[in-house]
Amino acid sequence: MNSKVTDRIATSIFYLIAATIVTVLVGLLGYIIFHGFSKLNLEFLTSPSSSFRAGGGIGNQLFNSFYILFLTMVFTVPLGLGGGIYMAEYARPGRLTNAIRTCIEVLASLPSIVIGMFGLLMFVNLTGWGYSILGGALALTVFNLPVMVRVCEDALRTVQRDQKEASLALGITHWHTIKTVLLPAAFPSILTGAILASGRVFGEAAALLFTAGLTTPTLDFSNWNPFDSTSPLNVFRPAETLAVHIWAVNTQGLIPDVREVADGSSAVLIISVLIFNLLARWIGSAVHKKITASK
Amino acid sequence: MDNKTMTASQRLLKKSNKSLLQMELRGKSIVLISALIIITATISITIFLGTKGLQAFFNNGVSLYEFLTSTNWNPTNAESPAYGAVPFIVGSFAVTFLSALIAAPLGIGGAIFMTEIAPSWGKKILQPVIELLVGIPSVVYGFIGLSVLVPFLRDSVGGQGFSLLAGMIVLSIMILPTVTSIATDAMSSLPKGLRESSYAIGATRWQTIWRVLIPAAMPTLLTAVVLGMARAFGEALAVQMVIGNVRTLPSAITDPSATLTTIITLNMGHTTFGSVENNVLWSLALILLAMSFIFIILIRYLSSRRQF
Repeated sequence: MNSKVTDRIATSIFYLIAATIVTVLVGLLGYIIFHGFSKLNLEFLTSPSSSFRAGGGIGNQLFNSFYILFLTMVFTVPLGLGGGIYMAEYARPGRLTNAIRTCIEVLASLPSIVIGMFGLLMFVNLTGWGYSILGGALALTVFNLPVMVRVCEDALRTVQRDQKEASLALGITHWHTIKTVLLPAAFPSILTGAILASGRVFGEAAALLFTAGLTTPTLDFSNWNPFDSTSPLNVFRPAETLAVHIWAVNTQGLIPDVREVADGSSAVLIISVLIFNLLARWIGSAVHKKITASK
Repeated sequence: MDNKTMTASQRLLKKSNKSLLQMELRGKSIVLISALIIITATISITIFLGTKGLQAFFNNGVSLYEFLTSTNWNPTNAESPAYGAVPFIVGSFAVTFLSALIAAPLGIGGAIFMTEIAPSWGKKILQPVIELLVGIPSVVYGFIGLSVLVPFLRDSVGGQGFSLLAGMIVLSIMILPTVTSIATDAMSSLPKGLRESSYAIGATRWQTIWRVLIPAAMPTLLTAVVLGMARAFGEALAVQMVIGNVRTLPSAITDPSATLTTIITLNMGHTTFGSVENNVLWSLALILLAMSFIFIILIRYLSSRRQF
């Protein structure tokens, strides 16, 4: 066979591969949004779910998902920022730095179900909290931490060297330089990374099965005292999130309208993740434009 | 007057110096503590899972040999409980390798499309597609697998539809973005001179890709595939929803099967904490942990072989 013919065949195969990848994504998104969109209405989004009868909503699950996401980010962002600053600015090549890098790598490659089991051991049994929002959020912190550290480290490393050197040359100390020069310059990329990581946390289910549990107690949305057991804000109550709900209704659910609930929930999950993705790009570039002179 | 300003400035200088030094120290210790928390978390996960995973062998007298070689898994049998984990170990490795078999050519092909075939517009289309695929939560993959793929396989291939094949297809789509994005980095970090010198001696584009670029990028391309496999090995819920969850060894690709993660997912919730049935599940988790260490060692080895 002529090498030109081979080249043409190979080229068309590459086109075919690219088309396949695009088709898979369009098919997946199209299927979810097409099937789920018609189920979305205010009642479905706000009413509590039902364990036996048809017609349950996802109100509590949606609230739980956002609440756990919020708590996770409250824990992860400072820790990730601290770790990232250490790795980008203070870490000297040596044993300790290597150890931290290996640990980040190990944490990042742990299967999420293993993190969930660690959470079960630490935050459910050892602390005696049982299945709780706090346990779920702490497990997700372990899950999300390596990502945040990398995001912060990369963001700090991409700041122009001149900016840091100019600040140090003015006699400003290292820590003050980090606080007033490097962090503001790195802020847009850190924000983008944090929002993308939020999307990942929002869709995570395996780490929550045995830490936040598969049930939600009856919630009284007029009670905002975080220490009351029926309050939605209580961090020591079990909480089923949206992603866990999709899994639970499909594998162990008893409700007759599994398909409707799962279709609707998947659509909400996908649309939320899409919004997180778009927000990350949009806010990142908007903030970048606002705080720098670049166009 | 002169004396006064001197003392004033000296005082200010001294004070600010001290507080600056304190701030410096405080800042440094805050970030060092964050870094140490990461180490603590990793070490405690290893120790906790290690001790818990070994309890079945040391406290409950389960035979390690039986655990790793027997295909009979029946921990709830009252007279003669059996703890052979081979069906799950085989299941895990089978879906991992099979999904890599699909995802590797597709992912590397996609990467080459983005960097070599249509670098101008191909990247603009495929890059966001890959990023969106990463963003889709695993339960959604599982749900689509359950509601579309399983019925389709039941009708077209036969059998129950719940099978290794279904698990392999779902996983290969899930790990595709991982493989593609790292393979793209590998291809675009190759020096331009390689391409140009190959074209200069009259090679076609395909000859350049196949004989020059792929061999040059091989270690990183393999890293991409190994990272994808690590993700496939640890994935739990999406696989659990489509694989069928049986305790027997699959004899064909269309047979239902189970993996380490799926058996843990299914049984962790309703076995009593501290019982033998529960402890063997922790031993299965220990295998998962050990495998993620092995994947890391493999990736380290591959990145030490990197040339570009």
